[in-house]
Amino acid sequence: MKLERVLQYSQAYNFFQWVFGKHAPEPGVVFLGQRRVYILPTRHGLSFGVAVILMLIGSINYNLSLGYVLTFLLAGLGIVSILHTFRNLAHLYVSAGRVAPVFAGDTAQFELVFENKSDFDRHSLDLACRGTQVRCDAPARRHRSVALPVKTGKRGWLQLERVTVDTRFPLGLMRAWSYVQPDMRALVYPRPDTAPLPLAHSDADTGDAVPAGAGTDDFAGLRPYQASDSPRHIAWKASARSEFLLTKLFAGRTASELWFDWEQLPAGMHTEARLSRLARWVMLAEERGLHYGLKLPGGTVPLGEGFPHRERCLKELALYHG
Amino acid sequence: MAEPSTREPLPLLPFAALVAGAALTVASHTLWLPFWVDVAAAALLFWRVFVSIRGGALPARWLLLLLTFAGAIGVFFSYRTIMGRDPGVTLLVLLLFLKLLETRARRDVFVVAFLVYFVALANFFYSQSIPIAGLMLLTVFVTTTALVGFSAPQRPAVDDLKTAGRMLAQAGPVMLLLFFLFPRVQGPLWGMPQDAYSGVTGLSETMSPGSISSLSLSDAIAFRVKFEKEAPPRARLYWRGPVMPDFDGLTWRVGLPQLRRNMSVEAAGSPVDYEVTLEPHNRNWMFALEMPTRIPPAARLTSDYLVISLTPIRSRIRYEMRSSPQFQAASGGNPEDLALALRLPRGFNPRAQALASEWRESLADNPAIVRRAIEFFRGSRFEYTLEPPALGRNSVDEFLFDTKQGFCEHFASSFVFLMRAAGVPARVVTGYQGGDTNPVDGYMVVRQADAHAWAEVWLAGGGWTRVDPTAAAVPIRVELGITATAPGGASLPLLMRTNLGWLKGLRNNWEALTNQWNQWVLGYNPDRQREMLSWLGVRQPSWQTMTVMLFWSVAGVLLLTALWLLRGFRRGDSVQRAWLRFCDKLARKDLARARAEGPLDYASRIARALPAREDSVRAIAALYVDQRYGPDPDARSIARLKHLVREFGP
Repeated sequence: MKLERVLQYSQAYNFFQWVFGKHAPEPGVVFLGQRRVYILPTRHGLSFGVAVILMLIGSINYNLSLGYVLTFLLAGLGIVSILHTFRNLAHLYVSAGRVAPVFAGDTAQFELVFENKSDFDRHSLDLACRGTQVRCDAPARRHRSVALPVKTGKRGWLQLERVTVDTRFPLGLMRAWSYVQPDMRALVYPRPDTAPLPLAHSDADTGDAVPAGAGTDDFAGLRPYQASDSPRHIAWKASARSEFLLTKLFAGRTASELWFDWEQLPAGMHTEARLSRLARWVMLAEERGLHYGLKLPGGTVPLGEGFPHRERCLKELALYHG
Repeated sequence: MAEPSTREPLPLLPFAALVAGAALTVASHTLWLPFWVDVAAAALLFWRVFVSIRGGALPARWLLLLLTFAGAIGVFFSYRTIMGRDPGVTLLVLLLFLKLLETRARRDVFVVAFLVYFVALANFFYSQSIPIAGLMLLTVFVTTTALVGFSAPQRPAVDDLKTAGRMLAQAGPVMLLLFFLFPRVQGPLWGMPQDAYSGVTGLSETMSPGSISSLSLSDAIAFRVKFEKEAPPRARLYWRGPVMPDFDGLTWRVGLPQLRRNMSVEAAGSPVDYEVTLEPHNRNWMFALEMPTRIPPAARLTSDYLVISLTPIRSRIRYEMRSSPQFQAASGGNPEDLALALRLPRGFNPRAQALASEWRESLADNPAIVRRAIEFFRGSRFEYTLEPPALGRNSVDEFLFDTKQGFCEHFASSFVFLMRAAGVPARVVTGYQGGDTNPVDGYMVVRQADAHAWAEVWLAGGGWTRVDPTAAAVPIRVELGITATAPGGASLPLLMRTNLGWLKGLRNNWEALTNQWNQWVLGYNPDRQREMLSWLGVRQPSWQTMTVMLFWSVAGVLLLTALWLLRGFRRGDSVQRAWLRFCDKLARKDLARARAEGPLDYASRIARALPAREDSVRAIAALYVDQRYGPDPDARSIARLKHLVREFGP
């Protein structure tokens, strides 16, 4: 135990731990201290070293005093760039920001917040995670948030994997990097399928979706068009006289109630397919401004409407354990 | 881990800096490169700039390959080879611009930068002067700025310049340590290309009419001398160079150098100690004041009192000497040498031969003949000119009796001819006469324009004795220097004319600076390094001790640089620390901030409790809120906040 604590001061040990050890997410603010910032020359840095050695040999062979000066100046530049690259990354604070829920297969934007408490700007920080890469700067004494896009696969919670933060500033000869894994997860909803909305109070999953709003005949008034409105409800004649597109409102729609029931889906349907179908219905129902509820084997979401209600339903679906 | 995409377009400003670096590094090469290479390089450069500004495609790879191939063939036809130093550098320059035309991605940027560095190094083959050093420093600065710009494309260019400047400044101490402590090896490590030492000027192994006067047009420095005590008078400053006993009627040549032991000079009067810094001239001889009595350990003395080095002098060297301006050189008179010093080609210059026979018959001994000849030169009205009329086959006759216009080589050649015809052993000695002391640093500078030729006669009892017929005919040449002899100095180099006083002052300062540069930067060789280390107290500096010293000193410098660079870490969030300090001060007076109390509310409460301190309390709170939560923290306000907190006493 004591040895462990001593070893923690060794960069090599920390590196070893990061490569082969268990990667547990780190809660709270992650501080990129000296011991977790690693630095090695890049490919260009190695070529630079070879070039400097060639120049040194040339200077010796031709007894060029100024050749020595130039060679050693470049060597000094290379050495100093180690410090600069290290300084560009070390002593940054990384914390988890927000991440909005997405549907399976979409890209989740994990927001990471970099805080630079030092007196100098940090430049060109590259974040890489699972093949995606973004770049950001962190000016002196500022916060800077950056969204890291991660492609999602399955529904449920998606834990952010280990993120590599690296930088090659200022010369590109050195690469300093560090691994961070803020405790951050994105909620991934089941991907909705393409089925239409079922008829109200009906277990049929076929037929035109249009009659689903029961009171389509009770015209109640006009309101400006919104992107989610069905083109069938656009009041074309009224719109022609107006500046905007107008949508017809029907009194009957608000009154309609829909229960999306796991049990009413065809018996042969696979769990994920059911979840996708239910997600689709939740989306469509919300889009049409219906009153809807969700019945799952594990629990029930009572009737409701509005964005928080939709999110609640989708979360229930996302975290469903069969 | 993942490289930035290679298809990313190159940011324009850093690329402009890269192109500027390439242009700067090639600038001084254009002076010697074949003309077609200059034109081709300029064309390629404009092509690339045009593509950058106007858009459009870069040339296809096959076209570039074709151009590279054509360039190599062109180089071959210019030099008849592609091996060697000059063809190599020419190819490098062409490659640099071709690569620039192929630069699409960041990877190519590094290749271009490295080529720029190589071409910068190649500049030093041709000149290591201060201006070239400055130009190359600028090149490195611009190229570094380009690299910084490429690694942070969104930054303003001024910041890139600042970063590059700072990095170079921090690289400076490391460079100095490496320069002075890196164990030096005397090159070359392997054979040099044949053309490595072309284009150096200096005396040659032959002397024919016109060969020295062509040198006198050059104010290039031949060597510099630092006298231990006072310099001898100008009329004694004969710097001995190649001795030419061999005459074919037109041209004088050096004999084979023969090393003899027991060469001795009987010194009369006090010796002179001095140190010579000799510019490379690609020959073996080392110049010494007549006559050398102690020579450097690595040098040898030939039978004609010439100090030679065992290898041609191809880099600037420094050596210490002792000479006796008053001397008797009696030991060089072995029979073969004397026989050679009497040999005359048949059938040349009948009139001079007749005059010499007449002297021989009418005068008693050799010293009398020499005196008579000197009188002859003094009495006839000879004119000293840099532009003498052309002479025919009987050059001595024509000069002595017809044209009477000549330069030192005419005087020396005719005098030695007369002596030999009269039976007195004589030979031509070439070298330099005179030298100007630079008042700025006290070094005496001897230039190519001071090149001179005089005669030496063998007198039984006196040994080899210097006779300068030029001094007899035109005394002012030796007493005041070459500048005095050419009225108006029409054909002398601009800087050697006497009437430009301010120019001379400027030149003296510049040459003193150049001399320091030569002594400490260019002349820093393994010997100097050993000297410096023993001066530092290292007894026997081996490469191991040097490596250890180098390691620790570089580590120390880097530690200091790191502390300087990383000092920004510790100051992190100075605003918050100042605020906490302020809160602590108040807490000690039982006015601690409540957990949920915001800074402005807290300040109001304190202001009520301490009305006398209201102004500063409110100012501190306002600054804190502004700097911590405001959009633009600035260093001046932070400094003010710190100051207020420091001064604050509840």
